[in-house]
Amino acid sequence: MYEELAISRTRRTMTATARLLRVLHLDGTLMLALAAVIAFGLFVLYSAAGDNQSLWLSQLARIGIGGAVLVALAQVPDRFLRLVAPAVWLIGLALLVAVAVIGDVGKGAQRWLDLGIVRFQPSELMKLAVPMMCAWYLHTRPLPPSAGNIGAVLALVLVPAVLIAAQPDLGTALLVTAAGLLVLLLGGIQARFIVGGFTLGGAAVPLLWLVMHDYQRQRVLTLLDPHSDPLGAGYHIIQSQIAIGSGGVFGKGWTNGSQAQLEFLPERSTDFIFAVVGEELGLLGVLALLCGYGLVIGRSLVMAVQCRDTFARLLGGSLALTFFIYVLVNAGMVMGLLPVVGVPLPLVSYGGTAMVTLLAGFGILMSLHSRRQLMGSR
Amino acid sequence: MRRVRVKDDALEQRIFLRRALIAGIAAAVLLLLLAGRAWWLQVLRHEHFSELSQENRARVEPLPANRGLLRDRAGRVIADNSPAYQLELVREQAGDLQATLARLEEFRLLDGDEIERIRQLLRSRRAFEAVPIRMQLSEDEIARYAVHRHELPGVALETRMARRYPHGPIGAHALGYVGAIGEEDLPRVDQARYFGNGVIGKLGVERSWENELLGQGGFREVLVNAAGRRVEARDGDALPLRGRAPVSGNDLVLTLDIELQRIAEEALAGRRGAVVAIEPDTGDVVVLASLPSFDPNGFARGLSRREYLELTGNPDLPLFNRALRGTYPPGSTVKPLMALAGLEYGVITPEESVWCPGRYSLPNSRHQFRDWRREGHGHVDMHSAVMQSCDVYFYRLAHTLGIQRVHDAMRRMGFGEPTGIDIGGERSGIMPSPEWKKKTFSQPEQQTWFPGETVIVGIGQGYWTATPLQLAHATALLALRGRHFRPRLVRAVVDPATGTTRDIPPQPLPQVQLQDPRHWEVIVDAMVAVTTGPRGTAVRAARGAAYTIAGKTGTAQVFSVAQSERYDESQVAERLRDHALFVAFAPAEAPRLAVAVVVENGGHGSSVAAPVARAIFDAWLAPKVD
Repeated sequence: MYEELAISRTRRTMTATARLLRVLHLDGTLMLALAAVIAFGLFVLYSAAGDNQSLWLSQLARIGIGGAVLVALAQVPDRFLRLVAPAVWLIGLALLVAVAVIGDVGKGAQRWLDLGIVRFQPSELMKLAVPMMCAWYLHTRPLPPSAGNIGAVLALVLVPAVLIAAQPDLGTALLVTAAGLLVLLLGGIQARFIVGGFTLGGAAVPLLWLVMHDYQRQRVLTLLDPHSDPLGAGYHIIQSQIAIGSGGVFGKGWTNGSQAQLEFLPERSTDFIFAVVGEELGLLGVLALLCGYGLVIGRSLVMAVQCRDTFARLLGGSLALTFFIYVLVNAGMVMGLLPVVGVPLPLVSYGGTAMVTLLAGFGILMSLHSRRQLMGSR
Repeated sequence: MRRVRVKDDALEQRIFLRRALIAGIAAAVLLLLLAGRAWWLQVLRHEHFSELSQENRARVEPLPANRGLLRDRAGRVIADNSPAYQLELVREQAGDLQATLARLEEFRLLDGDEIERIRQLLRSRRAFEAVPIRMQLSEDEIARYAVHRHELPGVALETRMARRYPHGPIGAHALGYVGAIGEEDLPRVDQARYFGNGVIGKLGVERSWENELLGQGGFREVLVNAAGRRVEARDGDALPLRGRAPVSGNDLVLTLDIELQRIAEEALAGRRGAVVAIEPDTGDVVVLASLPSFDPNGFARGLSRREYLELTGNPDLPLFNRALRGTYPPGSTVKPLMALAGLEYGVITPEESVWCPGRYSLPNSRHQFRDWRREGHGHVDMHSAVMQSCDVYFYRLAHTLGIQRVHDAMRRMGFGEPTGIDIGGERSGIMPSPEWKKKTFSQPEQQTWFPGETVIVGIGQGYWTATPLQLAHATALLALRGRHFRPRLVRAVVDPATGTTRDIPPQPLPQVQLQDPRHWEVIVDAMVAVTTGPRGTAVRAARGAAYTIAGKTGTAQVFSVAQSERYDESQVAERLRDHALFVAFAPAEAPRLAVAVVVENGGHGSSVAAPVARAIFDAWLAPKVD
């Protein structure tokens, strides 16, 4: 009897949670997956931050802000999002121009806009504005997109991307470009355009080489042979691989990674935190994190597929896959597969703006997904 | 006609589904690729990266070994290691470096003209490194530092172990000293053993017994961060830090008696000369003194250029070890040995009387060899010839023996070759012979041996030179009537860790056998008469002794400068005076100590050298109170 009672109480509780989630337009599975990855990230960051515990607390605060933004955005009707997409994109573009003209210089790059109380990176806004804009542009036009529409979308993507790349912030430019192109890809762009694009891209490599900054060229060269400059540009790659490789299967133990704790590993709490995972928690930690990411990406894609209209699907799919690009570029870089590009490990790296932007993206995705059945369009 | 396309939601949904599926599969494949890369790094290449990680984090720090102590035969410490204080500066902690250096100068902890050099030194090192800027602080300086410490950010007082010679210059030539390893030492430096050790024995026991004294340097790995800064190790590190404890060098028990050494050096104070005292039945060198001496502590802490030039430029050559390397004409001190040779070869008997008119000429020669006593000694037999140190007797004896037999006999007594003492640098002196002359000179007219050269060898002059050590050794041989031992300065090696002592047994040398052992007594009796007889040359020095001394005085003409000295006009007159010598052993009937004293340009052996030996005997043979 007592058992029955206990079970029914549990059921009631579950139902209450589900009801709450529905009211708040949140997706339980995705929330759980996000929470798991974020918790894992906080665990690792605690170790990576070392003595600097204020860093950890500040990350916690940003997660709070990001969570609030997520919940808030989930309440915004998808139609409204669609409505404001062009405006958001235009504002973002205007801010980018403003940064180029009056922005602060931090770490040798001009990325920040000082708004008095908040220092703000307009390029982060573009990570959301560009896919919104592209989805908005394509959702009224027939798919697969025509050549003209493809050209228009490319323009919507490349203008902000070039501005961001000029800051210079290659990582964000890459992510913004990826977000826009993924919209095209999910919109059904024909294979011949993809092939053509790659061919054109391949042809543009020498051109790209010419406009790259010296340090960016160095990073590419360094990837090809990190030991050509072990104390300079190759240092990051060498040290991060030593960290991961020396971690072995089980890792050196939490807060015991010599590479990370003794500062051999540069930027260990930001872009190279993946190496801390590998060193301290081993292959098992790496696989656990990759599984968490797989869950987030998989669930996001499923949600995107379930959305009710083209705008929602394109935007949702782009957000899901952009998240994957984050993971791929960061982990690939830290493990020496890709050149060093300033892309953080999503939801784990220390860094406020990226954390808020990512969670905002998932808020949008939940908003889009939660309204799939409200209109009988299917 | 252009087909107008309209939106088809169902088609678009299908397209999206297909594309999402492809993208999802691609993402999954790429995630697997990342996992595969992690597997490659963490499983397949794990060992490689583990090693690199260990190399990264560990810096090897040397742990220098403690150098073995030196004790004298009574167990008194005569060389040890003591902490020396030095100032070190860490640039990044110094704040305003210029101001800190200026304050150091103000507090008289730095010389003003040193500051620029120190600034350059600091600039060449990393900001967090502790750089020594001042060595060997005096107690006053330490006190001044302590008072002003709060005004000197980044400046710390550090200690390191430095060699210390508590008796200063006493026995310095026997002990030698340690100094910074220089380029000239590199051939004998084994890098692994000297790891972290910047000093090496340069002279004397410190140099020749380096192998025992050195020990084995150790090391430890310390945890460093990427900047090379030392950090604390934590429990649970994946790979433990390695290390090896240093092994202290062995202590040495010397044969020297530092108090007797002090007495000998005080007796000789203000003179240039050497004293060697040997215990005959072991070969133990109880005193090995060369004056003037120097303070080995200066070398251990590092001499300034000015101090070094003062030592090397001193015309009295304080760094020159006269006991081992000074080669002097032995003079009349060899007369007992010459007499012994005459008896051994049967060319003379103890009773045979020789007329000494005060001069001697070879047959068919007008050249006269003069006796030191112009009026001559009259009729002398062997006993009185030794006692009175009659030159004519020994001119004649040498001529009768001939140079070859003199040479052969004296080689058996140890002349002309190193004694083989257990420290390096010993000179062999010259025991001349026709063969030697032929080898030494290149001009044919100089290669012939002249009979007149034999005559003066008879009184220890001419080409014959010997070191004070050889003289003492030959005297010890006489004392034991032919038995003798290789002279030694080290009698035992002690392992400080276990306390076990390894005694070094005395090394007997082939005994000198006489045809008739009674001849020993003839000679010893004559030497006793030197100190007791009616016309003995050392009677005054031996008066009142509670024991009998068998001795022989010597006065050696300075006709050539034995060692490379600077020519100094003001000192020529003094430097041309005779060397004073005295050899003796006591008690004559049961010898416990054999002594040789050489005083450069001292005049007469009886008045200058013999009292030094007397002081040594008095101290050594006096009944021990404790």
